[in-house]
Amino acid sequence: MRTLREKNKTVAEETLFKVTIDNITIEVPAGTTILNAARKIGGEVAPPAMCYYSKLQGSGGKCRTCLVEVSKGSEKDPRPMPKLVASCRTTVMDGMEVKNITSPKVLDARAGVVEMLLINHPLDCPICDQAGECHLQDLSYEHGKNGTRYEFQRRTFPKVDLGDKIQLHMTRCILCYRCVFTADQLTEKREHGILDRGDHAQIATFIQKNLQNDFIGNVIDVCPVGALTDKTFRFKNRVWFTKPVDAHRNCNNPKCCGEVQLWMRGDEVFRVTARKDEWGEIKEASNGKTGWICNECRFDKKKTTDWIIEGPSHINRHSVISQGHYVGVHKPKETFTAVMHGRDPKLLMNIHSVSEVNKPNIDLSLLERPAHSTDFK
Amino acid sequence: MQALTTRAKAVDRRPMTFLERLYLWNILKGMLITFSHIFKKQPTIQYPEQKRPFSPVFRGLHVLNRDEEGRERCTACGLCAVACPAEAITMEAAERLPGEENLYREEKYAARYEINMLRCIFCGLCEEACPKDAIYLSETFAPASFTRQSFIYGKPDLLIPDPKTQPAELAAAKGLS
Repeated sequence: MRTLREKNKTVAEETLFKVTIDNITIEVPAGTTILNAARKIGGEVAPPAMCYYSKLQGSGGKCRTCLVEVSKGSEKDPRPMPKLVASCRTTVMDGMEVKNITSPKVLDARAGVVEMLLINHPLDCPICDQAGECHLQDLSYEHGKNGTRYEFQRRTFPKVDLGDKIQLHMTRCILCYRCVFTADQLTEKREHGILDRGDHAQIATFIQKNLQNDFIGNVIDVCPVGALTDKTFRFKNRVWFTKPVDAHRNCNNPKCCGEVQLWMRGDEVFRVTARKDEWGEIKEASNGKTGWICNECRFDKKKTTDWIIEGPSHINRHSVISQGHYVGVHKPKETFTAVMHGRDPKLLMNIHSVSEVNKPNIDLSLLERPAHSTDFK
Repeated sequence: MQALTTRAKAVDRRPMTFLERLYLWNILKGMLITFSHIFKKQPTIQYPEQKRPFSPVFRGLHVLNRDEEGRERCTACGLCAVACPAEAITMEAAERLPGEENLYREEKYAARYEINMLRCIFCGLCEEACPKDAIYLSETFAPASFTRQSFIYGKPDLLIPDPKTQPAELAAAKGLS
């Protein structure tokens, strides 16, 4: 018995590789990618990733934002790798030394990659619903350069509806293929993919086929930019004016975990998304599986009574979403009656008697489409 | 004790002289100063008949801008509202329908836009935050009023006249005519 345990122990010791990333040494199992090893260290050491998604098999290797320099290949072969490598696709070797933010070469290459990603990306952040939680916004802010050198017309595509609840803005797409992998791995029948090649490549549904799948709404969550957005939330509010709240419900769909994040304003539920971790990826649910949510939870349950609310979600304080400071907030009590012995004040202006914004009898969140001028008459 | 400034003067506590005790001389001295001001230049301005020129950086009432073709520039991005330290700005956005391209510049626009002038502190941060050149602080005061209701400014109060259909009103608003 003892010998077997010792044997297991030696096997486990053998498979652990020592890797040094930005002068921080960590031991990871063999077969781990450099990106995942860096994420174990966390913080600024982890390279940014636009196309790699740990919950999707086969993702990564397309956007080149996670490039790192390998200054020492391994203990046995200490030569450095000749070119920068994509850390999401390169596995660690024992004794490997990696430079990410300590290498000026990497920072320069990353700024170049950001410039290339932004060549065809429109600067319509004021209109885009993804603004405030957009990975490309964060990436260009942290790793990009000011200004563009591109002088030509940007690539444009007409807007497409993927089904009646998902809007595809192909103009904003950076071709990360995450949504294609999601549709492939999460639903039985794949109905959309990439058509054409090179500059003409675009995400498209095959011959105008609607995506009628139970889990297709998850492509909105995996999209790092605003190319795929929720039509039931379209233009209703800005992300940073809504308060993120963790909630759950007993979903009838066996594959759906029912654990979601509600984006509320007052008592209105404006949007439902899956919960995200610190890398912007969908979190594991309490049952240990990835927390994909079904279309019914995402698009149809827009009432507070549909959900059991757990409390405000934790939001990184560097995010613009935390500007509302929702954690630990209590709803204020009406103090007039208590202070004035039951009388109402003689001069009291109810803001709703003058203001036309946020009228209490109109719930824009319950509309299944974006609001139009006809809704404001 | 060391004096804090070179201009400090010790209080004169000597007993008053006969001339000072009469008070008449000191009163005459004061009156002389008062009467001398009659012949000096008057700093008072007779507002509203007379108006002083505004400083070029004066921050007055807000206007919502239009482009040359008269389309509204605001796209309801919410940056003015998030920049506002007094939380005076609220808005509701809508999607532009086909046929409304001559009204709104972008596919998204502010269907409702309100500034609570009771809350506004005229700091001009909304003007600085605006990525679309849509909001500007003009050289106009907020008018006085007895009711608080009149200080909630909506889009009809804020939008500038359409340069295509109302050029005369726009010139008047700019103070050119």
